[in-house]
Amino acid sequence: MSIRDGTAGAAGLDPGREAREAAIRELLPGSGAPLGETLAAVRELVEDTTFPTVHAWRQEGGKVLGHFQVYFPEELAHAAGMLPVKMRGGTVERREADSHFGSYICSVLRTTLELALTGRLVPDLFVTHPICDAARNLAGIWARNLDVPVEILYFPQNPNSAFSADYLASEYLRVLEDIEDVAGRRVSTDDLRGSIRVFNENRRLLRALYRIKREEPWKLPVDEAYVLMAVGGIIPREQHNALLSELLPRIQERDARRQDRMRVVFEGGFCEQPPLDLLGAIAEFCYVVDDDLMIGLRWILSDVPPHAADPLAALAGAYLEQSSYSPVQHDLRKPKEKMLLERIRGSGAEAAIVAAAKMCEPGLDEQVAYSKALEEEGIPFFLTEFEEQMRNFSHLQIQLETFVENHLLFGETAATGGQR
Amino acid sequence: MTTTTDIVGRGAREGRRLFEGWFDELTRTAQEGRPAAYVFVMGSLCEILRTFDLPAVFPEIHSLQTAVRRVADEFLSQAEDEGFSPDVCGYVKADYALQLRGGEHPMGRIPPPSIALLTNACNTYLKWAEIWERMYGTPVFTLDVPGSRRPVNIAGMGPSPGDSGPGARAADPGGFARDLRYVEGQLREIIDACEEVSGVAFDIDRLREVLRLTNDMAASWRRLLQLNRHRPAAFDAMLEGTIYLGVANVLRGTEEGAAYFRDLVEEMELRTREGLGPLGAKAEEKHRLAFVGVPCYPMFRRFYELFSEWGGVFVGSTYTWFASGGLDEDFEYDLDRPIESLAEGILLTVRRAMDSLMFQDRALIQAVDDFGLDGVVYHPVKSCRTVSTGLAASRRAVLDARDVLCLYIESDMMDKRVVSEAQLKNRIDAFFEGLESRRLRREA
Repeated sequence: MSIRDGTAGAAGLDPGREAREAAIRELLPGSGAPLGETLAAVRELVEDTTFPTVHAWRQEGGKVLGHFQVYFPEELAHAAGMLPVKMRGGTVERREADSHFGSYICSVLRTTLELALTGRLVPDLFVTHPICDAARNLAGIWARNLDVPVEILYFPQNPNSAFSADYLASEYLRVLEDIEDVAGRRVSTDDLRGSIRVFNENRRLLRALYRIKREEPWKLPVDEAYVLMAVGGIIPREQHNALLSELLPRIQERDARRQDRMRVVFEGGFCEQPPLDLLGAIAEFCYVVDDDLMIGLRWILSDVPPHAADPLAALAGAYLEQSSYSPVQHDLRKPKEKMLLERIRGSGAEAAIVAAAKMCEPGLDEQVAYSKALEEEGIPFFLTEFEEQMRNFSHLQIQLETFVENHLLFGETAATGGQR
Repeated sequence: MTTTTDIVGRGAREGRRLFEGWFDELTRTAQEGRPAAYVFVMGSLCEILRTFDLPAVFPEIHSLQTAVRRVADEFLSQAEDEGFSPDVCGYVKADYALQLRGGEHPMGRIPPPSIALLTNACNTYLKWAEIWERMYGTPVFTLDVPGSRRPVNIAGMGPSPGDSGPGARAADPGGFARDLRYVEGQLREIIDACEEVSGVAFDIDRLREVLRLTNDMAASWRRLLQLNRHRPAAFDAMLEGTIYLGVANVLRGTEEGAAYFRDLVEEMELRTREGLGPLGAKAEEKHRLAFVGVPCYPMFRRFYELFSEWGGVFVGSTYTWFASGGLDEDFEYDLDRPIESLAEGILLTVRRAMDSLMFQDRALIQAVDDFGLDGVVYHPVKSCRTVSTGLAASRRAVLDARDVLCLYIESDMMDKRVVSEAQLKNRIDAFFEGLESRRLRREA
């Protein structure tokens, strides 16, 4: 490993970090505020397409690494003192970006570019991944239109090869060296180990959040759980950890009554995100006990060894061996429909909402396989498409209500058609 | 004695015969229940398959042939009845329906996959192979080829042998070596898998011979593309180029394929010398164009005529770059170290194919100068986001860099529901009116 040892860690070389974190703290709900108020404030931050936390960080001299969906080893940016920000589009009117794309392209690619072209979310380094046929074009489009360094991270699409772990570790090193150039500082092995510890803690807290969803879903509707998770993509992870550490016990103490709602898994949120109101509409009829929303933040399923001699190899190994699944990764060990069935059984769900973003080819392809597997297993499922720009959910609500009633009242297991 | 009349048109005639022969061979394979490998045009690994006597099935090709033969709508509908969205790749859906039909195809019978070999040059390849895994339990091997990491690194793309490969190596020798190690390791794993599926022991001398034949074909291919710098061009890169592409893919690494392209170069050199352009003796090549994207197969011939009727000739086509799997890359296999050299060739050519999909603007700008282009025609399609997503931005880049006209028309390569001849004609006519007007102004 060629990371330079012996240089000072993030804190030692980064006196401005405290000021940046303080600036972001100003934007976060204060400790001890009523839970409802806190959750509303977090939701506001997640929905704010001016990204005040990111601007505050930059205003105080911080650098931002923006990475497109689905997964990025944020530890690399964190170790270099940068703020890793999840670029996942947003609910914005598309005025500039559409003329850079053809007609049959999903919304998240367009709005991610829109946010950058309009100056609302412009990172100091943009990292993208060839996760799908459309997204693999993002680097070219960004490079032609924005004065931002663009980097493509090639995750192994052959995770079953004996050579993929070494390859990925070398790819991480390559990206890290570019991050160092942008950050203007070198990263030591200890910096990386420190970052892995921070993110391990974050992963532990997110697992705890999902445990509440599974075990006591009446205390944490899917839209609230979502904002608590998603805010991690736009604030320093230490602050996310502090937020979750404070709120999770309070959520568990919530005085919420269990209701007769269907326990479902929501599948299809791995890249473009459904509007929060859509999740809210689902929450009116269902307990979402597990999902793949923003799966990149939870891609690594267990702790990455924090004391590994080679932290990059440890991160690469975790990506390949300790990870979740998504329609954009082909791993012979993880057939997606088998993984979905495991997710359903592991969470005690009775049914699945199998969604896909409009024009999302991997998601739409997977719907076919999921539907067949669920039919074969006799598990009820609700098929739908969404777009991040959707505003009206009444049609979907009626369909979903019918689906739930059919199941609860008549025990129907047949699939109910969605919005396609 | 061979006369001009014998030679001119030979490429089209022979190409058709060879292509039909390939379908016949697949039909025999299916009838006899012999194993067949499914591969894709970008990184077909045909060199490996030939070594194991595994016939190669190209699902992209048999799918597009359903559109050319005007039956794609039946196949698409069948797949959509099974749950596929109208918005996903038409090739995948046509192939899915074909599998449900037991391989029955308008040109013969396609055997089911005994093994599938793919690269990551198109993400849909991965999704597609998963379908065969589910349907048949087909063993699937992905050869993962890391592409260019930064758009700025890409140089020298285009029909002229450039420096994207060697240039990339020179710019980042350590990175190139790392990627090469990864590709070579996977290649050796694939060779083991092919031994298992075919029951044939790997023969390195056989591979050496196949590589020699590919070298031969690739040299002819590059020469062919170069010949279109001439005025008038030797052939239409969108219409005839697509026929030649078919042969280049299905007969890659064979004696027949190498001989075909040697003859084709002879024909094109003759056409160049005699000034026999693709429009024929009576028509004048008025507008030199580049085609960017995938042709409109549901009305393939008519689509071509919408341009040729105005004297438009496609002297270049990005399709001949990426759909040949980067055969235009200036690379020759080193027969003294076949496996290592094959790995290097795959890394360079597949990367080049990917670059010509995503970062083709610089190559197009270069082609405007080298080929004397008057216009660039962008044809994004609903079915293929790999090809289409970046074209609007590429068009803007070319317009910024050169004084050419660009036409941007959307339709599809499979789905006639989104192909409107009247609308296409309107746009194309307006484009040519603009070109004519510029031409007149220039002449005045």
